[in-house]
Amino acid sequence: MSQSSKTTTNPTKLNREGRADRPSLLARRRQDQFAGRTFFIFSLIPILLALIILIMLVVRSWPIFQAHSLWDMLMGQEWKPEEGLFGFMPFIAGTVWVTTAGLILAVPPCLLTAIYLSEYAGNRLRAFMKPLLDLLAAIPPVVYGVWGIIAVVPLLQDWLVPFAKKYLQNVPLLNSQNPTGFSILAGAIVLAVMVAPFIISVIYEVMNNIPSGLKDASLALGTTRWQTIRWVVFPQALPGIIAAIVLGASRALGETIAVLMVVGNVAQVPHSLLDTAYPLPALIANNYGDMMSVPLYDSALLSVALILLVMILIFNIGSTLVLRRFVKDWV
Amino acid sequence: MDAHIQVKDLNVYYGSQQALKGINLEIPKKQVTVIMGPSGCGKTTLLKSFNRFLELTDGARIEGQVLVDGEDIYANDIDVTEVRKRVGLLAQRPYPLPMSIYENVAYGLHIHQMKKTNKEYKDAVRHYLEVAGLWEEVKGRLHNPATSLSIGQQQRLCLARGLAIEPEIILGDEPTSALDPISSQHIEKKLLELKGQYTTVIVTHTLRQAKRLGDHVIFMYLGEVVESGPAYEVFANPKEERTRQYLEGLF
Amino acid sequence: MKKCWHRRHITEAIVKSFMLLSFGLVAGSLGLILWAIISRGLPSLSWEMISQPPQGGFYMGGGGGILNAILGSLYMAGAGTLIALILGLPIALYLETYLGDSAWGQYVRLALDVLWGIPSIVYGVFGFTLMLALGMRASMLGGIIVLTLLELPIMTRAMDEVIRMMPQDLEQAALALGSTRLEVALRVVTRQMLPGIITAILLAFGRGIGDAASVLFTAGYTDRMPNSLLTPVASLPLAIFFQLSTPFPTVRERAYAAALILTVIVLAVSLGSRWISGRLSKFIVK
Repeated sequence: MSQSSKTTTNPTKLNREGRADRPSLLARRRQDQFAGRTFFIFSLIPILLALIILIMLVVRSWPIFQAHSLWDMLMGQEWKPEEGLFGFMPFIAGTVWVTTAGLILAVPPCLLTAIYLSEYAGNRLRAFMKPLLDLLAAIPPVVYGVWGIIAVVPLLQDWLVPFAKKYLQNVPLLNSQNPTGFSILAGAIVLAVMVAPFIISVIYEVMNNIPSGLKDASLALGTTRWQTIRWVVFPQALPGIIAAIVLGASRALGETIAVLMVVGNVAQVPHSLLDTAYPLPALIANNYGDMMSVPLYDSALLSVALILLVMILIFNIGSTLVLRRFVKDWV
Repeated sequence: MDAHIQVKDLNVYYGSQQALKGINLEIPKKQVTVIMGPSGCGKTTLLKSFNRFLELTDGARIEGQVLVDGEDIYANDIDVTEVRKRVGLLAQRPYPLPMSIYENVAYGLHIHQMKKTNKEYKDAVRHYLEVAGLWEEVKGRLHNPATSLSIGQQQRLCLARGLAIEPEIILGDEPTSALDPISSQHIEKKLLELKGQYTTVIVTHTLRQAKRLGDHVIFMYLGEVVESGPAYEVFANPKEERTRQYLEGLF
Repeated sequence: MKKCWHRRHITEAIVKSFMLLSFGLVAGSLGLILWAIISRGLPSLSWEMISQPPQGGFYMGGGGGILNAILGSLYMAGAGTLIALILGLPIALYLETYLGDSAWGQYVRLALDVLWGIPSIVYGVFGFTLMLALGMRASMLGGIIVLTLLELPIMTRAMDEVIRMMPQDLEQAALALGSTRLEVALRVVTRQMLPGIITAILLAFGRGIGDAASVLFTAGYTDRMPNSLLTPVASLPLAIFFQLSTPFPTVRERAYAAALILTVIVLAVSLGSRWISGRLSKFIVK
């Protein structure tokens, strides 16, 4: 498989019969160095790209930060670009509502599933789950959106909405003016299923990294498996589990298409899970086409992209740093 | 002999490989039994069959019976957590639980709800730390994390922790091999002191430790029990050729 | 030591049942999704859909199919994956064989982390801005560029993960025999890690072909078959999206069929990559 160097003492290219049949050591070294330099140039690409994207966002959104204060934009409730009103609050609120609701729906089942896979399940069950999670993760966002429209929205529309209208008018999170199925709840359900495979995999890795000697030490005292998990494994794994959730949140924040298709896209600060919402990524996606006509519109949208990106990067890098310490060989 | 543990026709398989072949033996009560033999001979597997730790390995298959005071611990109607309460394990590498020193020792007591008042818990923790010879060194810092102890102290903590649940049998899986010589001595001294109250079974990888500690000796080779008997007999007059060779250091 | 129901056993039984419930929920969700897509998409699926571009009035119920979108997606994702491979594989190999744990390697990995976290909508925005600056209109080339940007960190990171699992002894054995780092990279690592590398490639491809947010502004849309790099091109995710937005029920039903087609493609890629890496595993050292 790998070449052994031929007669390393002879640096010339010809062998004893006068034929150059294999590259000499000198040639191979030169190839290695040349490749090293070429590869180095390749490795500049990610760094340059990351810098360029960040710089572009900052530069192009600069105009609007000059014209309006950040505070006004973040707190402003009205979005009327033609009149120069750039209030992000409804969209930020929408994003926060959908993402938080999605995570609340996703985390308990994912945590329990990951614990089960790591501590109780046999090898065969694990072998079955891995392809299943991979498939779930591979489904494109637009297909999740279609599923949302086919299954989730009608479910809410036909079952929950009439029920809520009749009985839940005074329940804080579920009362709503004119609910259809297109709601934060629908977005949250779709998001929860989308980030689930990811959160499960990460928590599973974290739990697998707890040394088995520690678990054995607890089991040897006559605990049930659950007692060991609850009192020994879980506290050890907690930072990693939180990092997994934060990582899932960063994925959820960036998800545009699937949520957009089921969440209603009406710009108002939501008050209930059955209200519609208009998350930040949807704002960009829906309006990017006609932004050139209105002054500062493009800059505003790019500033939205920048804010979104910064939030995601903070979550991402923070949780990756934690996970690097807790999981062996975490990239 | 007054047998505490009786093993009858025990066969253990890891997948398709057989680790223990037709084991039949008895472990005497309130003595130190030493299991010795070259590496890979199945000593740890045999030890782990006594507290049902084998089932923690995926693919392990156990046939036969292991009787503790006449009850087969592998019977269908036996609760494995109760087995492990009666048969304690001191592992090779001390693993303090991620809690304070006090909580480590009290852990087993809470799990099995063995005490009622706070005072009873505190007294029990103090008692077992004294038994393990650790009390004087930690009494001022009971609520410090257990990981702040040296490795020798950690092993003594594990001993205290294991004794707190009042087992009848103590298993030791090479309990001193990760320790420095002074801590090793400490642990060995403690095990000898506790001889009269507990049945002790220790796996050891050094002949000298076997000679220091053992009242009863089991010599294993390639998954089989070659010879077993009182220490003075086996060491002075081994009946089997392989035992003699092992004692002479030939392998 | 007989069995009896202590509190700890009851607690464990209760928790276990919740765990099994969650497990079933997660496993079942895949089934639910597939069932919904198949049951609503299959009835509207016809040979016409996958063999013809849209005829006149397609979005109002007229005849034709979405062959333009299918081909457009395959071309763009295919080209994007190829370019991402040409760029990404050297980076991944470089990280492992030359850089190891050096400081530069950490910077590169950090940059890849950042790129990996960027949502596809931001790549779309970036691509659009880039195209504006270069005077390009929405076109297949634009789509290819953005998909390359999107896929590059995904592919490189996946390859990096796989290559890092390379047994150190294998690399060191090759180096001890006198190989240069380049030779180790090309001859040993790629062969040993080939199944993982292929999986990474197909993973990125699957991600790229299904993404709508990135091609939304950069590839445009058209009813014509893809015929040039510089004109707008249709893509499957956008075909689904636009068909869903019409008020005509029959057209919406066709969107479900399109979603089914996309799902089939992506699942085929995902399952196919498992199969291929399984077959290729015979060369690797365990």
